[in-house]
Amino acid sequence: MAYDKFNILKSSAYPLPIENVDTDQIIPARFLKATERKGFGDNLFRDWRYNAQGTPKEDFVLNNPRYSGKILVGGKNFGSGSSREHAAWAVYDFGFRCVISSFFADIFKNNCLNIGVLPVQVSEEFLKEIFEAIEKDPKTEIEVNLPEQKITLISSGRSESFAINSYKKENMLNGFDDIDYLQDMKEEIKDFAETRPF
Amino acid sequence: MSNTLFDKVWDAHVIRKIEDGPDVLFIDRHLIHEVTSPVAFLGLKNRGIGVMFPERTFATADHNTPTINQHLPVQDELSANQLKALEENAREHGIIHWGLGDENNGIVHVIGPENGITLPGATIVCGDSHTSTHGAFGAIAFGIGTSEVEMVLAAQNIMQPKPKKMRIRIDGELAKGVTPKDVALYIISKLTTSGATGYFVEYAGDVFEDMSMEGRMTVCNLSIEMGARGGMIAPDEKTFEYIKGRRFTPKGTDWDKAMEYWKTLKTDDDAVFDVEYVFNAEDIEPMITYGTNPGMGIGISKKIPDSEEIEGGKSTYQKSLNYMGFDEGSEMAGKKIDYVFLGSCTNGRIEDFRAFAQIVKGKKKAEDVIVWLVPGSHKVEQQIKEEGILDILNEAGFELRQPGCSACLAMNDDKIPAGKYSVSTSNRNFEGRQGPGSRTLLASPLVAAAAAITGKVTDPREML
Ligand code: SF4
Repeated sequence: MAYDKFNILKSSAYPLPIENVDTDQIIPARFLKATERKGFGDNLFRDWRYNAQGTPKEDFVLNNPRYSGKILVGGKNFGSGSSREHAAWAVYDFGFRCVISSFFADIFKNNCLNIGVLPVQVSEEFLKEIFEAIEKDPKTEIEVNLPEQKITLISSGRSESFAINSYKKENMLNGFDDIDYLQDMKEEIKDFAETRPF
Repeated sequence: MSNTLFDKVWDAHVIRKIEDGPDVLFIDRHLIHEVTSPVAFLGLKNRGIGVMFPERTFATADHNTPTINQHLPVQDELSANQLKALEENAREHGIIHWGLGDENNGIVHVIGPENGITLPGATIVCGDSHTSTHGAFGAIAFGIGTSEVEMVLAAQNIMQPKPKKMRIRIDGELAKGVTPKDVALYIISKLTTSGATGYFVEYAGDVFEDMSMEGRMTVCNLSIEMGARGGMIAPDEKTFEYIKGRRFTPKGTDWDKAMEYWKTLKTDDDAVFDVEYVFNAEDIEPMITYGTNPGMGIGISKKIPDSEEIEGGKSTYQKSLNYMGFDEGSEMAGKKIDYVFLGSCTNGRIEDFRAFAQIVKGKKKAEDVIVWLVPGSHKVEQQIKEEGILDILNEAGFELRQPGCSACLAMNDDKIPAGKYSVSTSNRNFEGRQGPGSRTLLASPLVAAAAAITGKVTDPREML
């Protein structure tokens, strides 16, 4: 599924300073029953966001009107656990285009890159600084510059560069995905399959 | 050049290397189920393309299937829709489909090995993170997201950077009552849930060589819980013995040819890993988790660690203990529990039921504990009956349910109620994993059996 191109994103952010946020929290299993990719944003962090009766928990960050923006800032080891891509969809469908953390779980990171959410890994110190800046001023802005692979905290001017391989970067910049790439390799793939013993 | 087992299998599947990008990796076998595949098929339809090699994909229904009355229509409308979508997509694209009630049906990671779909030296993927299970056979197997499921259906390849390599070696002999599950929980408690992120793990040493194929599957299954992409063990005689004659295993001269190749599948003596860990078998005792991630595990005779001893996030640690209703420094043994779950692709195979039966034989189920015994597949269910295990279970007051993922992820009706404690042989103790508000203690089938009899966290070594 194609997604919007990503270039430079300047936005305020939601802070979630919790470590080891697993994909069961991002989207609980009971919301994986759809056969279409629709409406997952409503259930993003469902059990942290709503109580059992379905009323919003006011102290959870996504329910707090002080915060806004297209960036989610999470604690270390963000997205561990289940491989469900629904977690990345929920993040995207809620309106996030970028997740910042000091460490990401593998599959979640991959899933994000595949659907147009940019995972940006920063140092522990910078992450702390970002959390502090948001706490001080919820409207504080962060600039994520994909072409230059640079993330800047506007208020302090501090910035850090982040890593992304050039293939994925091209994809994100153009809104392409891997299937578009593989479609051009069909003959090569067929020839290779012939050589497999099983 | 000397290579690791992982290098040998990975490199043999790379069709193209993209500079400063991923490898294009050919996938031999692809397993799908009802939850992570419908959107992938929808994607194919929107692009107007078909499945490139339907004979390399296998479909089973497991994630949200009921574990009782499987002969009746599925009550939950959304689940029924997913099951129907799987069946229709499989039919439309010519993919083998083992739906509810089919004799080959069961949890995707249990039926793969059972049917010879899982083979040494193969690349295997599935839209479920515990695909790492199949690494027990010397395959490279890992979980993928739905976009990648679509990719494999469309082009039989995925695009992944090659992971780094880790070896975990454990020599020595495991003590009585210490099972493969304990070995895995022990490793995760040492490495933490992110300790192997970015790596592919090879398990080596006496402990894994001595282990049965079922045990190896349990260990490889849990690789993902320390963040690893997957785990694998070099194939040996036990492996070949296990796969021989199964439905999709090569036969005749194809078998001979394959065997020649499979025998080369081991790490060369001077091959180098990016990182290595060594542990001692003697240090491992039956394990149990006390927190909300699989890294929060301790020996069953130990006390819950103080937050001072824990590296990193003290507040996260306390949040976790609060959720569990446990205190720092308290004993795990003796804690009252409400549910026991034996099953899942981690511990839902025949050996796990044998272990459970060994403890409960001649005893009675604790009256106030609800116990769900869920075989990993119909074949396991069949074997439980044939071996007389069912009689032992029934006499002790237990009932057997029908195969499926069940309370491992609680997508069906098998949900642990809020606040209740469950000793589970599955793989994840995340908040709400087994139902909103549920509290999970991960452990081996032996620990689960001991708890089912006493109604408390109990050291199974006292009952062997
Ligand atoms: S038993 Fe659990 S981990 Fe295994 S395939 Fe089913 S849901 Fe996934």
